[in-house]
Amino acid sequence: MQTKRMTFPGRWLPYTLLAPQVIVTLIFFIWPSLQALHMSLLREDAFGLRSTFVGLENFIRLFADPYYLDSLSVTAVFAIGTTLLSMTLALLLAAIVNGMLRTRNVYTTLLVWPYAIAPAIAGVLWWFIFNPSIGIVPYVLEMLGYRWNHRTSGADAMALVIIAAAWKQIAYNFLFFLAGLQSIPQSLIEAAAIDGAGPMKRFWTIVFPLLTPTTFFLMVVNVVYAMFDTFGVIHATTQGGPAQATNILVYKVYADGFVGLNLGSSAAQSVILMAIVVGLTVVQFRFIERHVNY
Amino acid sequence: MVEHRPWSHLAAHLILIVGVALVLFPVYIAIVASTQGPGEFLRGTLPLLPGGHAVDNYRAMWESGLSRAGAPPVGQMLFNSLVMALAITVGKLSISLLSAFAIVYFRFPFRLFFFWVIFVTLMLPVEVRIIPTFQVVADLGMLNSFAGLSIPLIASATATFLFRQFFMTIPEELLEAARVDGAGPLKFFKDILLPLSITNIAALFVILFIYGWNQYLWPLLITTDPDYYTIVMGIQRMTTAADGDPQWHLVMAAVVMAALPPVLVILSMQHLFVKGLTETEK
Repeated sequence: MQTKRMTFPGRWLPYTLLAPQVIVTLIFFIWPSLQALHMSLLREDAFGLRSTFVGLENFIRLFADPYYLDSLSVTAVFAIGTTLLSMTLALLLAAIVNGMLRTRNVYTTLLVWPYAIAPAIAGVLWWFIFNPSIGIVPYVLEMLGYRWNHRTSGADAMALVIIAAAWKQIAYNFLFFLAGLQSIPQSLIEAAAIDGAGPMKRFWTIVFPLLTPTTFFLMVVNVVYAMFDTFGVIHATTQGGPAQATNILVYKVYADGFVGLNLGSSAAQSVILMAIVVGLTVVQFRFIERHVNY
Repeated sequence: MVEHRPWSHLAAHLILIVGVALVLFPVYIAIVASTQGPGEFLRGTLPLLPGGHAVDNYRAMWESGLSRAGAPPVGQMLFNSLVMALAITVGKLSISLLSAFAIVYFRFPFRLFFFWVIFVTLMLPVEVRIIPTFQVVADLGMLNSFAGLSIPLIASATATFLFRQFFMTIPEELLEAARVDGAGPLKFFKDILLPLSITNIAALFVILFIYGWNQYLWPLLITTDPDYYTIVMGIQRMTTAADGDPQWHLVMAAVVMAALPPVLVILSMQHLFVKGLTETEK
């Protein structure tokens, strides 16, 4: 890794400058993660008095546990649903806004502010709108012949949390798609138009392929968002229910560890989640390297 | 637009207006709900136009909160959120500036090792190591304190990378000139690097402030004393009020007040926000 060609001399100063960040990282990031690794290999007895070394048994149990496997597939559905919904809407809006000249900034302003809203608050907002007894959407759905109830129907609850999580993320995806669209040379699009390609054809054969780096980057970011940052959406609304239907992995770590006090299992789940984050981070960085060369 | 087609232009505007309406819809509903009286929700569906109880609801929440649900006054929770968000933001910015300075402008043993230690924080969000981090903070006696709310969250690889990236683009000549004039490292940092970084600092400030304000899981874990509740986690307590249905008109007044500060930050500093967002992630 590079430094400047010319640097300052100094024996203690660089360490002093690094110290605050390194100390915080060691105490609050690295030490707890090592603890999680350690705890994942232990089992506590029912009273929390003794813990015994059980090797990989916590992991083996997890992968034999139907609830955990269920939570894995729930997380997959939630992450894919949120990513698809949010990115599709954002791309549609960004593609149209990009074509506007005078009103582009007005629409951008109107579309970006939900980024500021906390996931938990986004959850509460949609929880209220979909409230089976007083909410406005179930009222409309009832007229169309569908009885909405996210307190009893797992599919309804999943749809609710996906909508809430995707809504908050539209702003982010929109900004990145808009930036991607603006970096596409206008001459390419004009050339295609002269050759007689209509707007739809131009979008699918020129614009969309050139957006691939942005799309891929956003997919990774959105999956990370849906897997880790949406704890608030779940906790403030469905709390994993009904019947585990929205029990995503991050929520399950919390519920098993803090509510269920099953420390060994919760730690093993933490370790699996860390492995997932590491994997996703590597994917993201490899992509960025390629993107820079490209 | 390449070709001029008035009808498709009109259709495009229509789609955008529907899109914007969908995005605004939840907040409109929240504002409408926060202006209703207590009996309004018992009649079935929610009215679609604002009612006349806005002042009562907001004042009630600001001054006394929902004591039955164990939620302190919103004014106090907003203050706690502000302190937490500012502490996280200023903390992240200061330690990242210092460590990026050390990494770019010095050569010393174990430089790469420290770089990796900082990098690792990217891969360990608090959500994946909840219990051990909680134990560390409990052992240090930092539960129910502003230090506990902010310090464990202030290590930031993204801010360090961004500043490193930026410092690398600063011309070498500046450093040479400063050294010829006899400026030491700290003087160089204070009088040259900081002023040059001011736009980057401002852009990151916007992003980090929102990050800090919207913290949810961490305050939820480490605060049991209502004096330290933050607004985002406090709202969750209100919605799960033990006695029956939550009092939606009051909860929505709190939701509007909780969302307003970060939204105002984005709207008033949109340029910096977009810059910060696109640069921290790329």
